[in-house]
Amino acid sequence: MHNLTIAELIKGLQSKEFSSVELTQHFLNRIGSLNPAYNAVITVTAEQALKAAAEADIRLAAGNAPALCGVPILHKDIFCTNGVRTSCGSKMLDNFIPPYNATVVENFEQAGAVVLGKTNMDEFAMGSSNETSFYGPVKNPWATDCVPGGSSGGSAAAVAARLAPGATATDTGGSIRQPAALCGISGIKPTYGRVSRWGMVAFASSLDQGGPMARTAEDCALLLNCMASYDDKDSTCIDREVPDYTATLDGSVKGLRIGVPKEYFSEGLDAGIEEAVRAALANLEAQGAELVEISLPNSGLSVPAYYVIAPAEASANLSRFDGSRYGYRCEDPKDLLDMYSRSRSEGFGKEVQRRILIGTYCLSAGYYDAYYGKAQQVRKLIQQDFDRAFESVDLIMGPTCPSPAFKFGAKSDDPVAMYLEDIYTVATNLAGLPGMSIPCGMADNKPVGLQIIGNYFDEARMLNVAHQYQQATDWHDLAPEGVAS
Amino acid sequence: MNIERQEIEKLATLARIAIDDSTISEVSQRLSSVLDLVDQLQAVDTEGVEAMSHPMQATQRLREDEVTEINQREAFQAIAPETEDGLFLVPKVIE
Repeated sequence: MHNLTIAELIKGLQSKEFSSVELTQHFLNRIGSLNPAYNAVITVTAEQALKAAAEADIRLAAGNAPALCGVPILHKDIFCTNGVRTSCGSKMLDNFIPPYNATVVENFEQAGAVVLGKTNMDEFAMGSSNETSFYGPVKNPWATDCVPGGSSGGSAAAVAARLAPGATATDTGGSIRQPAALCGISGIKPTYGRVSRWGMVAFASSLDQGGPMARTAEDCALLLNCMASYDDKDSTCIDREVPDYTATLDGSVKGLRIGVPKEYFSEGLDAGIEEAVRAALANLEAQGAELVEISLPNSGLSVPAYYVIAPAEASANLSRFDGSRYGYRCEDPKDLLDMYSRSRSEGFGKEVQRRILIGTYCLSAGYYDAYYGKAQQVRKLIQQDFDRAFESVDLIMGPTCPSPAFKFGAKSDDPVAMYLEDIYTVATNLAGLPGMSIPCGMADNKPVGLQIIGNYFDEARMLNVAHQYQQATDWHDLAPEGVAS
Repeated sequence: MNIERQEIEKLATLARIAIDDSTISEVSQRLSSVLDLVDQLQAVDTEGVEAMSHPMQATQRLREDEVTEINQREAFQAIAPETEDGLFLVPKVIE
C-alpha cells in the first residue's frame, strides 16, 4: 500500500479495496520500523490517527466523502496542532502544546485526512540541511550519510521513505523545493497569500508560505486543493477562488513557452545536475513546448537581499519567545532581563541566535535604511526581472539547487556556504511567486530536482506541466534502496 | 567587515540573548562573514526604486470592531511557565 500514490489510495479507499484503518495502521507500522533510521518523524499520534481513520471509514461507507477522506498524511512540526506538541524543531517549544489548530491543519481535518504525526525540521525553519533541529538531523533516505535538505527535511524524507504518501511543508527561501529536490520527491510552494499562515509558526512573515509535498505532481494537486483557502485570520491571505488543481492536469504542453534563465546555468552548478535538467527541458521541448533563453539580471542579489529581510523579520517575530507566557523558561532567573536573555540563549540554537543577531543589526538605529530599506528596494528589482520575463514566457525552469545532497557537516561550519544552497530558490520568495520542484534525474546516485517557477496564481499550469513530464518519465517512481519492498 | 566586541555586546542586549564571553570572537567572525555577503547590496543603484513589502501591493484589511474570539484564558495559561490567579508570573520587576 505504501507504494501507491495518493490518487491511487483514494481509489482504493472509495472502492473499499482497503479501509482507512488498515491503511493508517500500515503507515504507523512503517514509521515504527523505518523511522529510527531517518529521524524524519518526531511525534507519532497513533491513537488519534486510528480514531480519525475509523471515523473516515464511516464517512467513506456513507458515500459523498471528500477526496482526501481516510488518506494518511504528516504535518511539518511548524503547524499548530490542537493538543499535540508543536516544537518547530526547537528546545524553546519542546513543551509547547497549542490549544488550537492552524488553518491548514483544520482544512485537512475537515477533509477527513488522517494525521499520523509531525515531522522534523530545521529549528524555526532556519536551515537548508536539517542539522539545526533540536531533535537531531534527519537522514536522507537515498544516502543516510547525507542531508535531506531543509528546512522541511523531515517531511521530504518521510515521503521519500514512504512513511506517508504526502506531507505539509513550508517555504521561506526554498524550504519545500530544496528538500524535495534532495529527496527525489515533488513539492510546491504556492503564490504568497494562497495558503493561510494562521497557526504556522512565523519565521519571515513577508516570505513564509505553506505548501504540500508528495511523490507526484498529481498528488500535490490533490493536497493543494485542500491546503489552499482564503482565511480572514491571515491578513496577507489573498481572497481569490481556489481552482480544482486536478482538473487541468491532462492539458498538453504544446505551444507552452518555457523561459530558461541563463543565470541559473552559470558557474557553481554541478555538471550532473545541469545534464539532468537540460534533459528534462529537452523532454518537454519534444512534447511541443518552446524553450526561450531569458535573463534575470538581478539573480545574484537575491541571496544577499534574502539574508537581510529574512533575519530582520525573524528577529521581530521571535521576540515573542521570552519565557513569559509559553515555551522554555530558564531555571531560577534572577530578574526579568536575566529571564529573557537566558531563556532565549538556552532555548534557541546557534543558527537561530545568529539570525536574530543579524536581523537586530540590520534593523538597529543607523543601519535600517542601509540594510533593510536597501534590501526591500533590491527585492523590487528582482520582482521586476520576473515581471519582464513573464511578458514573453509562460513558465520559468531551471535547477532547484546547485548540487545534490551533501554530507553531514560539509557546510555547517560556514553559514555563507549553507546560504548559497538557496541561490536558485530565494528569488521566488522575494517576488512572492509560486515555485515547484520535481525529480528529473540522478547525479552522483542522488536525486536531482527540476524547478518550475510560475506567474502569480499560476499553480494549475505548473502542476499541469509537471504532471505531463511525469507521464512521460519515471524519475518520480524511483525509490531509495529498501524502501519500496 | 569586522564587528567589534562592544557592538556584539550591544546587539546581544538589544536582542535579549546572553552571549558567553568565550564565544564572542566566534560569533563576531560568523556575523562578519554574513555581513560581507549582504554588503553586496550597497553597490546596487536603487535610486528611485520603491521598497517592496508585499508582492501584490496588498494593504491591511479592516474589519468591523466586533468581538470574534472567545475568552480562552485557562487554555492559554495551562501551558504557561508560571501563573497565579489568572496572571502570568515573571520575576519581580519593581523592588
